[in-house]
Amino acid sequence: MKWTILGSACLSMAILASCGQPASTDAAAGPDIGGLVSTEGDFATNLQTALIEAEPGSTVQLPEGHFHLETGLSLDVHGVTLMGAGEDKTILDFAGQTGAGEGLLVTSDGVTLTGFAIRDTKGDGIKSKGADRITYRDLTVEWSGDPDETNGAYGVYPVESQDVLIDNVTVRGASDAGIYVGQSNNIIVRNSLAEFNVAGIEIENSMHADVYGNTARYNTGGILVFDLPDLPQTGGHSTRIFDNEIVDNNTRNFAPAGNIVAGVPSGTGVIIMANRNVHVFSNTFSNNRSAHVLLTAYPEPFSDEAYNPIPRDVVLSGNSYSGGGDDAQGMLQPIAAAIGGQLPAIVADGVATWETGSVPTTNISVQEDGSVGFLDLGIGKYPLDPASIAPSKQRPTAMPVEQPAAVVLPQDEG
Amino acid sequence: MIARFVLAALLLVSACSGRTDEAATPSLETILSGTPAPALSDYGLFADQARAQPAKGVVAYDLVNPLFSDHAIKHRFVFVPGDQEAKYSATDVFDFPVGTVLVKTFSFAPDMRAPETGQYKVETRLLIHKEDGWAAFPYVWNAAGTEAVYAPAGKHVDLDMIDPAGTPLSIRYAVPNKNQCKTCHQSGDAVLPIGPKARNLNHEGPVGINQLADWQRRGMIDGVPAHPPIVPAVWDTRLPVESRARAYLDINCAHCHKADGSASNSGLWLGWTESDPVKIGLGKHPTAAGRGSGGRIMVVEPGQPDQSILVFRMASDEAGIAMPELGRSVIDEDGLALVREWIGSLDVQE
Repeated sequence: MKWTILGSACLSMAILASCGQPASTDAAAGPDIGGLVSTEGDFATNLQTALIEAEPGSTVQLPEGHFHLETGLSLDVHGVTLMGAGEDKTILDFAGQTGAGEGLLVTSDGVTLTGFAIRDTKGDGIKSKGADRITYRDLTVEWSGDPDETNGAYGVYPVESQDVLIDNVTVRGASDAGIYVGQSNNIIVRNSLAEFNVAGIEIENSMHADVYGNTARYNTGGILVFDLPDLPQTGGHSTRIFDNEIVDNNTRNFAPAGNIVAGVPSGTGVIIMANRNVHVFSNTFSNNRSAHVLLTAYPEPFSDEAYNPIPRDVVLSGNSYSGGGDDAQGMLQPIAAAIGGQLPAIVADGVATWETGSVPTTNISVQEDGSVGFLDLGIGKYPLDPASIAPSKQRPTAMPVEQPAAVVLPQDEG
Repeated sequence: MIARFVLAALLLVSACSGRTDEAATPSLETILSGTPAPALSDYGLFADQARAQPAKGVVAYDLVNPLFSDHAIKHRFVFVPGDQEAKYSATDVFDFPVGTVLVKTFSFAPDMRAPETGQYKVETRLLIHKEDGWAAFPYVWNAAGTEAVYAPAGKHVDLDMIDPAGTPLSIRYAVPNKNQCKTCHQSGDAVLPIGPKARNLNHEGPVGINQLADWQRRGMIDGVPAHPPIVPAVWDTRLPVESRARAYLDINCAHCHKADGSASNSGLWLGWTESDPVKIGLGKHPTAAGRGSGGRIMVVEPGQPDQSILVFRMASDEAGIAMPELGRSVIDEDGLALVREWIGSLDVQE
């Protein structure tokens, strides 16, 4: 505080003691902040400068056009809206990217991204980290061409954030997850399209997520709710997946090995792994060739003592299932072969114990029409021992847990 | 209070007498201004800017282990204002007073085997402790090396050189933008310096005497103990390979790979003081590596550098794979060899 007073005194004195030359504190002439980013000169420099010099709460507008960028963009000013002319009109193309791990990185709160497309980034598409109350709306993030191992990992990638809204976003071609929300709390993913990704939509190590009104098609796996060990935030819980179209997720798994989704069997609709209090209802499942719903424990060894690798307190109700299960892939293939080739709509691995612990009940509640098939593989524990598998078609007895309340976000005006 | 006020006023008046004056001192007005100065010379940090002769009160220093930045030669200076002093810490960056400026100039030479011949400046980064916290400001030099201008959006500069191993090298050097500065300097919600920690400064710097003792003698810092910690010198081959590799990871990776850094969500924390094997990468699966995994399963696979993601990403110069993500466009072959040697020395896990 003392220094603050001194500092102000110095400043006033400095004005008195001016050398006869004007203090040169004017910012270099830059783009029009709050208006349209100029395409005069180097667009990338104009845009990045606008993002740096934006006033909190202002809007940076992107012009219509197809722009090639050499390095990733970043935004670190609170409350800024970055608005394009439309996701089919403003294209930010990173095919020639040489630097940064993503196309756009947001690290400030209260940001809205809307009306533009990000294409062919070398790493992730748009990442927001520690960016609370972020809104992704009316965006396209895609990798052109066929699904490919060299595509970036995540399309939209909010992480370590509170209050995340993803609305009407299209993501294609991600070699990990199209829409990925990690280590966050209070999340809505809705009315979006995820296709030709390894995972369409993934909620990981997160709490309180509503995923609804989306279409997840032509991915390897449609919608994933995962929890992984050895991360700053573990213990994911309270996710609702409803009113989604989860169809034809039969694309080959093109994730680079080592990533957890590299183990996702092609042809799965929803996978719930190592998570608690997950509700899957009123969705339409169709033609997912391995299984529509897969409940599985985390299959790898881990040392995180606080980690629970089992999916538990899961409720499946009122979904419609058609086709699929007739061409199981990945880890499910030998199991399907062993029981005659066809897997039912819902498959659980049946694991309830791990090296240093167990859960008394996985509490999996299957409240579906009697015609909907269920299979407990009875794997027992990982690592998988084929000799110990004891499949059962008996639905588990369960006490269905109450649904968490709908997620409400401060930036969501309805 | 009054005495300090008069002193500050006098300093400001004397700053007006000329930029190449031996008695020139930095301008606190410019340093603490809410707006970055358009030119580096506006700060008055140098008595002779072209020759990098520091102004009075500006002290040259270096680090035991520098961060690799495309072979750049780095010249560092620190300015601690007036009668203020930094508070010593045994483990963290010193608590520098408001008005402190850390100056880092990145230079190259046509033949990096003879770095003093034809050396030229490309960029200077200022890290300034403003009233409301630290902030970073990139400046890009003119061709004559006489002035550098504020470049918030960064810049790409094409450079040709003979690298230190004698190989011709053409690079597209990336001056980071202001936000990218923060990416590496992030600590929670704040921006903090990285280098000036006791263990990194505790050796004879460019001044030729122990830097911590020198800073104490100059009144720039208070509380330096008799035996401050020191980090192993990465290239001192008399030291154990594990400590050298950990020291390398500390200065090259841990500014992001720490609990409150930009890579916190990876859970891979590579700081010198980290002791949990999983956090250092042993037996750790990747989190969000994507194609950065290179098809490998573990971040560090003991005894098997070729099966370790850490090695794969250090050995790449491609965006989306290469680590660090910022600040290098070429591979640090020496650092890579060291980390390979360390991983190779670890006992293979059954």
